[in-house]
Amino acid sequence: MSVALQTPAAPVRDRVETPFRRFISEFAESKLALLGLAVFTVIALVAILAPWIAPQNPYDLAVLDIMDGRLEPGARNGADDMTYWLGTDDQGRDMLSAIMYGLRISLAVGAGSALLAAIVGASLGLLAAYVGGRTDSAIMRVVDLQLSFPAILVALMILAFLGKSVMNVVIAIVVVEWAYYARTVRGTALVERRREYIEAAQCLALPTHRILFRHLLPNCLPPLIVIATMQVARAIALEATLSFLGLGVPITEPSLGLLIANGYEYMLSGKYWISFYPGIALLVTIVSINLMGDHLRDVLNPRLKK
Amino acid sequence: MSASLAEHAPRTFSDTETPMVELRGVSRRFAKKLDLAAKLARKLGADVKEEVVHAVDKVDLRVRKGEVVGLVGESGCGKSTLGRIVAGILPQSDGEVFWKGQEVGTLTGEAARQSKLQRQMIFQDPYASLNPRMRVADIVGEAPLVHGLTRRSEFDTYVDDQMRRAGLDPAFKRRYPHQFSGGQRQRIGIARALAVQPEFIVCDEAVAALDVSIQAQILNLFMRLRRELDLTYLFISHDLSVVEHLSDRVVIMYLGRVVEEAPTETIFRRANHPYTRSLLDSVPRIENRKRAFTVVKGEIPSPLNPPTGCHFHPRCPLAFDRCKAEAPALREVAPGHRSACHLNDAA
Repeated sequence: MSVALQTPAAPVRDRVETPFRRFISEFAESKLALLGLAVFTVIALVAILAPWIAPQNPYDLAVLDIMDGRLEPGARNGADDMTYWLGTDDQGRDMLSAIMYGLRISLAVGAGSALLAAIVGASLGLLAAYVGGRTDSAIMRVVDLQLSFPAILVALMILAFLGKSVMNVVIAIVVVEWAYYARTVRGTALVERRREYIEAAQCLALPTHRILFRHLLPNCLPPLIVIATMQVARAIALEATLSFLGLGVPITEPSLGLLIANGYEYMLSGKYWISFYPGIALLVTIVSINLMGDHLRDVLNPRLKK
Repeated sequence: MSASLAEHAPRTFSDTETPMVELRGVSRRFAKKLDLAAKLARKLGADVKEEVVHAVDKVDLRVRKGEVVGLVGESGCGKSTLGRIVAGILPQSDGEVFWKGQEVGTLTGEAARQSKLQRQMIFQDPYASLNPRMRVADIVGEAPLVHGLTRRSEFDTYVDDQMRRAGLDPAFKRRYPHQFSGGQRQRIGIARALAVQPEFIVCDEAVAALDVSIQAQILNLFMRLRRELDLTYLFISHDLSVVEHLSDRVVIMYLGRVVEEAPTETIFRRANHPYTRSLLDSVPRIENRKRAFTVVKGEIPSPLNPPTGCHFHPRCPLAFDRCKAEAPALREVAPGHRSACHLNDAA
């Protein structure tokens, strides 16, 4: 018998609807999510390009003039002939530049720690779901324990123990957040691992790490993406809180939280701008991420599919 | 289509050769473990028991090289579980599985891997059995690459050959599974299994999810591959007509136990066990279409709480007292024909 080659059931179109294309078009349905995406893109660009677009390098003590301290927004400096659009802080630092550089730290810490937490949490969640039994119980009890403590308390303890540095803040946030990823991924992976393609992979004697990361993980991605988006916002907020409390990033690399803390004591003496504008920047960043995250959750949740 | 189905002549096998796959007293239990609260409740005197399902109960099975063995039973009788044990996906709770005369559990390293690769499985659901996030080329070619059956440089040619052999156009190898129809997906599953060059294939209801016309195509493909690659099949199905066309030998399972096994011809002409006979009576056939079907009475009992003695006695028209008390052993009633029924002793 000759080999009868199969022709595809559907006629070949130029643009096949891949899951990715469908995802893009569904995401674009929400104006609010698009707005979030646009705002976040601008913020991210400002943060990345800060050294080139900021009027001043706020870390370079040589360009700071202590005589310019606590100037109002819009004030001009006679010597350099530059306008402080958002005023200056008590060191004479241009707030606009400080916010741009602060965004760099905040976003880097937020995204970095959320990514690290996702790697750690997702790996442990996958392992728990795939191996099951005692491994599963052990990992999930640690998760339960972790989630029963207030995040800020755990982070404070870790930072009090490790000391202040950007890296330590990242470690603290990872320790606080990995449990969310682990729990979410385990839930999805428990469903997926019962499906026949996993049995097929086992039957083909593929190594366990390959089954976990090439077969199981890609099919657990949608909820992971949603959690990751939300957790970036959470991480940024947590870092700001820690810095505000004086346990976060060191004063030499001020993040948004630290800028807010610096201006805090002048709030009641009418010099609102030192805290106010970094606060606005933080708020806009977190809201824009959450807008995207909320809609992502709707798009990627199969149960909400029309 | 049907011509090539009838093309393979019945084969004879000697009893003395080492079977390719042999199961001895294999059982598989699924237990719902008690959690802490339930254990505590039991300590305090509550009536909580661990729920144990005997999916497979002391099954002996031999499949010789080149043979096609049909495994038949109602849904829930443990035939899929047995297939997974044979394919090495699921470990047995008791008993031994032999691959070419060697106990699988004693094999280590390379030998264990080889024995596992040589037993492959085709799954029932062509939708769930393919990873939706992988392209066809990767689905088919991943395992051969990992196991060194092909190299990166020869990957494309290798995958093309495997796809062509399963009747798929290699031009579609960059596509994802959702872009294919059910029959084509099943061909991808077949290409994937054959890509690791197995000798033994477990087909778990491999055509049950397909249209009848597609079923015939896939069955023909199985038979062609059997001739070309000298394959041995364990063909699991609830469809007796499919099994009749394909198998050299048929094994009938009921609630975890083998109740009858015989060459296909014998099963369909001279079935011994009352369960087999009632199964055969419920197959629609052209020659007796005017007759009302005699359906097997009642539902298959819950494997959580199987009947005592012969598992079939509550539904058996010929049951007598001994059937309730004692489980019948599988005994030879004719050469190559074994059946587990007390009626054979009475005669």
